[in-house]
Amino acid sequence: MRVAVCVKHVPDTAARRIDQATKRLDRAGEGALNSFDANAIEEALRIKDAQGEGEIVVVSLGPQRALDSLRKALAMGADRALLVSDEAAAGSDLVATSHVLAAALERENADLVLFGQQASDGDGAVLWAAVADRLRRPLISQVAELTVSATTVRGKRQTEFGYDVIEASLPAVVAVSDAINEPRYPSLKGIMGAKKKQQDVVSLADLGVEPSHAGEAGSRTTVIALSEPPPRGDSIKVEDDGNAAEKLVEFLAENKLV
Amino acid sequence: MTTLVFLEHHEGELLKGSLGVLSKAAQLGGDVAGVVLGAGVGEVASQAGPYGAQTVYVVDHESLKAPLPQPRVDGLAALIRDRGFDNVLFAQSVLAADVAAGLAARLDAGLNWDLVDLEIADGELVGKRPAIADSVVVDVGWTTTPRLALVRTGTFEPVESGGSASIEQVDASFEDFSTTAKMIEQAHAEAEGVSIEDADVIVAGGRGLGGPENFTLVEELAKALGGAVAATRAVVDAGWYPYSTQVGQTGKTVSPKLYIACGISGAIQHKVGMQGSGTIVAINKDPNAPIFEFCDFGVVGDVHAVVPKLTELVRSRKGG
Repeated sequence: MRVAVCVKHVPDTAARRIDQATKRLDRAGEGALNSFDANAIEEALRIKDAQGEGEIVVVSLGPQRALDSLRKALAMGADRALLVSDEAAAGSDLVATSHVLAAALERENADLVLFGQQASDGDGAVLWAAVADRLRRPLISQVAELTVSATTVRGKRQTEFGYDVIEASLPAVVAVSDAINEPRYPSLKGIMGAKKKQQDVVSLADLGVEPSHAGEAGSRTTVIALSEPPPRGDSIKVEDDGNAAEKLVEFLAENKLV
Repeated sequence: MTTLVFLEHHEGELLKGSLGVLSKAAQLGGDVAGVVLGAGVGEVASQAGPYGAQTVYVVDHESLKAPLPQPRVDGLAALIRDRGFDNVLFAQSVLAADVAAGLAARLDAGLNWDLVDLEIADGELVGKRPAIADSVVVDVGWTTTPRLALVRTGTFEPVESGGSASIEQVDASFEDFSTTAKMIEQAHAEAEGVSIEDADVIVAGGRGLGGPENFTLVEELAKALGGAVAATRAVVDAGWYPYSTQVGQTGKTVSPKLYIACGISGAIQHKVGMQGSGTIVAINKDPNAPIFEFCDFGVVGDVHAVVPKLTELVRSRKGG
């Protein structure tokens, strides 16, 4: 069974800011693998272990730097990486991103496409549904427990009303929740071995995607302006040096909360 | 301007979030319609009239019985292609997010999500979206129609304006792949358990607690403060604590006077359920956790050290 895992290289949490000139998220700095995607990679590894065979390919759309995140996935145990990197794809919104990603996934023709729960930079949690529609495959999202057989996939997921169990035939698209597993840390052997694994970088042209379908040209949404949110009031942050609990109780007492 | 609002329903009732978005659409003006998709939902559709829908389209089909997104994309895409709406609005939910994103791909239409307000500026629809852990508000727009929008949970309150809607039945046909996923079990959470919605003080635990056994730390603090215990989705899904205590998008929305978050990162899923709290205190060992960007008092430290000490201090204060 071939499992494709879609991952995103996201800016470091501490450095996250929006570039006022381009109104895009500033992607300078090293960045890291979106932590929610580690759950999807872990789940793919478990599926492969359980089935005793298969191939895991990690797929990303992003700048060259995104290879760092793909290498982390390879170090965890994925077999192969595919990065779609093209200047013309920068600034892609949901419609454009799903178009490019679907083209890459069509090429991979995986039995199962996995996504993490959300991107930690965009707070978006919708890409999988757009990709599933473009691939014309069944979708199960927010999956907290996944069972995969040779022909079907069954997911237990939480909604506003409790737990659903949904089953679909393969090939399918599944988005997992961060409750599904504890992702492993890459071992030293894994990190060393990752360097030798296949890492392909392709352009839009390689995938046969017209530039008009990607980047700002292919996007249907736009950022008009940025502003400061209404202030929430002064916020206090203390490092615990052994006295944080005392300081907190004083704060609560001052505000008549204790 | 024509606006269509996706009306989600559960056990024969339209959801409050959908009615809130419908009320907002009516307030923005133009022709406002709602759409209800399901099986045997004619009765449900009529509930939308008083909240500002002039027309409610009903797509009634056995394939729409289970709350699954893909057949809904088929139904909505046909309706939208047929009638041509300028705006299609959704109240964010597990179902609505998947429906809206699938629809965006199907229609090559722009989707903006997590919106906390909608307004008309120079005749154009503009959405407000908080970004980077709500440290910046982004005004977002659309370059084509239909404009698709997902509105953050709990943003708009339903407002009854007293009208009634004409109901119009719409036929549906489905793509093969859309009806491949099947609902095997549609479980419902138990309704009993402590009510966290009415508590003045809530102490909540997240994955940073490290394990279910450490929930006693949270329980002890809640007891000392005379408050209730809540949990995040991650720990509920992991089986550490019951679903009835879950705060967040797929759990309860709470607004106590004091909310103490222990080992909670502050993911958006949790935040939308507790951001209306009076005073928010966060204890987390990760200084980069998003929760520090919207709490009033943050302690960067180990919950296992800070929480027991806090409990002790609160106890001695109340006792003395």
